[in-house]
Amino acid sequence: MGSLVQSVDWLAIAPPTVTAAVALVVLVVDLFLPEDRKPLLGRIALGGLVLAGLSLLPLLRGDRSTFCLTGPDVAVTACSYTADHFTLVIQLLVLGGALLTGLLSVGAIADSKLPAGEYWFLLLSSAAGAALLPASRDLATLVVALEVASLPAFALVGLRRGDRRSSEAALKFFLSSVTATAVTLLGVSFLYAATGTLHLTEIADGLGHVDPRLAVLAKAGVALTLVGFAFKTAAVPFHFWVPDTYVGAPLPIAAYLSVVGKAVGFTGIALVTVVAFPSYADVWGPALAVLAALTMTVGNVAALRQRPDRKHSAVRLLAWSSVGQAGYLLVPLAAAGYSGDPSRAVGSTVAYALMYAAVNLGAFAVVALVARTRPDNRITDYRGLTSRNPLAALAHAFFLLCLAGLPPGVIGLFAKVTVFSAAVDAGLGWLAVVMAVNVVIALYYYLQWTAVLFKGGREETGEALPAGATTAPAVRVPATLGAAIALATAIGVVLSGAPQLVLRFASQALL
Amino acid sequence: MSHTVMQLLLAAIVVLPLLGAVAALLPAPPGLKGTSPEQAVLRHGVTVTGVVLALSVALAAGFDHDHPARMQATTDLPWIPALGIRIHLGVDGISLPLLVLTALLTFLCALYSYFKMPSGPSPKAFVALLLVLETGTLATFAVLDLMLFFLAFETVLIPMYFLIARWGGEGRERASWRFILYTLLGSVVMLLGLLLVGLDGGTFDMVALATDNGSSLSHTTQVIAVLAIGVGLAVKAPMWPLHSWLPDAHTAAPTVGSVLLAGVLLKMGTYGFVRIILPVAPDGAHTFAPYLGAFAAVGIVYGSLVCIALARKGAKGDLKRLIAYSSVGHMGFVLLGIATLTPTGVNGALFANVAHGLITGLLFFLVGAIKDRYGTSDLDSLAGTTGAALYGRAPRLGGLLAFGAVASLGLPGLAGFWGEMLAMFGSFRPADGLSRPAFLVFMALAGLGTLLTAAYLLIVVRRVCMGGDVDPAAEKAGLMPDGPALADVRRYEFAAWSPLVALTVLAGLWPAALLGLTDPAVQQLLAGGN
Repeated sequence: MGSLVQSVDWLAIAPPTVTAAVALVVLVVDLFLPEDRKPLLGRIALGGLVLAGLSLLPLLRGDRSTFCLTGPDVAVTACSYTADHFTLVIQLLVLGGALLTGLLSVGAIADSKLPAGEYWFLLLSSAAGAALLPASRDLATLVVALEVASLPAFALVGLRRGDRRSSEAALKFFLSSVTATAVTLLGVSFLYAATGTLHLTEIADGLGHVDPRLAVLAKAGVALTLVGFAFKTAAVPFHFWVPDTYVGAPLPIAAYLSVVGKAVGFTGIALVTVVAFPSYADVWGPALAVLAALTMTVGNVAALRQRPDRKHSAVRLLAWSSVGQAGYLLVPLAAAGYSGDPSRAVGSTVAYALMYAAVNLGAFAVVALVARTRPDNRITDYRGLTSRNPLAALAHAFFLLCLAGLPPGVIGLFAKVTVFSAAVDAGLGWLAVVMAVNVVIALYYYLQWTAVLFKGGREETGEALPAGATTAPAVRVPATLGAAIALATAIGVVLSGAPQLVLRFASQALL
Repeated sequence: MSHTVMQLLLAAIVVLPLLGAVAALLPAPPGLKGTSPEQAVLRHGVTVTGVVLALSVALAAGFDHDHPARMQATTDLPWIPALGIRIHLGVDGISLPLLVLTALLTFLCALYSYFKMPSGPSPKAFVALLLVLETGTLATFAVLDLMLFFLAFETVLIPMYFLIARWGGEGRERASWRFILYTLLGSVVMLLGLLLVGLDGGTFDMVALATDNGSSLSHTTQVIAVLAIGVGLAVKAPMWPLHSWLPDAHTAAPTVGSVLLAGVLLKMGTYGFVRIILPVAPDGAHTFAPYLGAFAAVGIVYGSLVCIALARKGAKGDLKRLIAYSSVGHMGFVLLGIATLTPTGVNGALFANVAHGLITGLLFFLVGAIKDRYGTSDLDSLAGTTGAALYGRAPRLGGLLAFGAVASLGLPGLAGFWGEMLAMFGSFRPADGLSRPAFLVFMALAGLGTLLTAAYLLIVVRRVCMGGDVDPAAEKAGLMPDGPALADVRRYEFAAWSPLVALTVLAGLWPAALLGLTDPAVQQLLAGGN
């Protein structure tokens, strides 16, 4: 009889653990810090995220797993935590996204008088959950990770005290998210009933020979489990919370939700579909394809209909466009249901997500910069940004063109090409065509925004020309915000020169 | 010249303008500051484009003219192995003339702008955009990978958009917006077609696909691919009825924008037809050739009819708009030549391509100069009641305009003639399997088009160059405010225009120089790439 005592591979679980530990440190330190030294918390948090990112390095070989089932009667090796390449890439995305969000947050906390200790604790907790999620290989861990990632996010959305819109956004987000989680849990329990296990690989095994009387139950379980994750990626019809939540939330949190929140959702979908439900590909494949088509169409059409002079139109546009982008992210996952080699299709999603994470956070960083002087954040406020702040304007134009997939945003173009080719490879020609139409729609509004940046600002024409003579607050860029924009730009530019850096995931079996 | 040198030359030609664009945005280094930052950056533009022109001339000189069908100066490096995309560069007899034409026209534009910067925001951005535009066009003609082709094809859009939107004339916002939307719409469809070819053919490499000659693509795939790619290219070319972005864009664009748009950008569309569609998907090309021919023929007649309407008295026709519509007609000849699928027709198309670049480039320069002098390019206000009398008031400018006009109408002995004649020859005897009666009708329509072209260009010459003889009373009354004191051709204008004039004459008198380059390459492309 084998030992029932598990040895824990601490190195393998370091990325989420370090993040969670630093979160606790921040919470405790907050109690002892006087008000004027609160900025220290931001430094601790950012340092913790960097440290967690560095802890990925020893794992690069991607062959570690821990919390495995032990005992003589275990046929397949089933582990609850696996640090394979898929996990590492997503953890890099999550931690990097959280780091960029953190850089955005430093200024936002000071400006909006947000409670620093709580803010950083919640952000790090959520990041820890998001970093745990890609590594989890059983449904219980998956749902726990999903909730650890989501619950702090509700609080973060509602953190703007005394702001009615913020509280309303948080409530909306909370209620709909909790419903979705409940549905997921119901699905998980059905699956457990049908297969008798929670480990993904064993579920895959068990679903192969389900008792025919339980077939309907198993099928319902598959569908219901996916609903919760579809909600996180803000796939249509689970998207309605997005615009109001993004507008109501502090801006860095909106950025965080649009990147890390989505990463959590699509990682979950990828894990459960490809690892746990391969035998039900004929169910979730078409379902995801329809979901992808709907999501991108609704998101892009709604983004197209945003009036640029409406209050908060910049954030609203990014919110809707992120719904559209979620649609593209779902395309390879849907294709995985059709192709013989599903794990490669997942790689396209990962590649796309990495590109999207960098440039979308960059775009949010510029929006945060503009919001400092124009709190209403209308798209028309970006008129003449080139003359007020040429570097930020150029960076923003670059981010938007990456999102649109136009040169010089080469990486955006090729990320879209990988998604296209995943769809075409899987024989989903119609989805490729729907996506092409959507890319055109998206081009329209991204370009329109880009064009606004370069139009001469009417009221600025007088003051903008003499360099350095402009009013001080409009020009001074906070160091952290500048660093965030610079970092995102650097990632985008490097990837545009060497797209292979992320696109190689599209040609690899990741899962 | 050794292969390595050629390789480096071609790579430098493509990359140098891009580096120059970045350098243009940086402050000038000490010693190159010039008299003012504006002057320094404009001079930088002239220098970079000049070097690129010199390099491309060197490339043409080192080109092995005995084997123009062979890809030369090739570089083939992996770039994105995940997608099978390679940095594959090379020139043959088809792309070399276009490459040199692009380098020449961009240099002339930079030179012209050095002396006559279009009114608008800072010249810094202008020069940078011009250089990015040059990189995009040169890369389009030099790359041999479908994805890189697409990338290069798209790269030109944004600089051209800004050139029109920032330095353009009246109605520029609408025109530039329309330009970018139309072409983007086309190119997204084209991307799908290219992906279909690449994924079904197993490679994005144009040379491999051309050697394959469509044998690994099913008929259905080819038809869909040609339709998708063709739409993207046809928007750019532009083919009637997808041309409607062109007149607005030309009318609003600054002079150099118009020159590059007509002289270089339109060629990217027709070049794509020859380089991609003909060899890669011959079956699909065969299926669509009659439709392409029909659209081309309609475009020829349509373009010239619109021009006649614009040239009439009282029509308030804009000269730039008129030349833009004449481009629709001329590109119709190019497309007709391609549609015949014969070596004669395709050679004619390529010849007409280059000729149109030279002649229409010259015409847009001239019209820009006229607009600068009169403050308008509206034909009615220019001509007044009797005619603008350019012969009398600025004889050299008038002479050049007349020269451009007769070259454009296809006078034998000038560049415009050969391409159109060969295209019509080709449609007299189209490739096997194409309906000959249909192509005879197209040929007849094209012939009618040449007559109409002659008609409107002569009307323009009469109204702009001739006339005068104003009765002194009217002159005293101020009807011709800047009458006698019209500046004739200036020195820098001479410098910018005379190469175009010389090459127009040269290509007209010695067509073999160009046809000798294109013909072997075309024969090879049509015969299956080997």
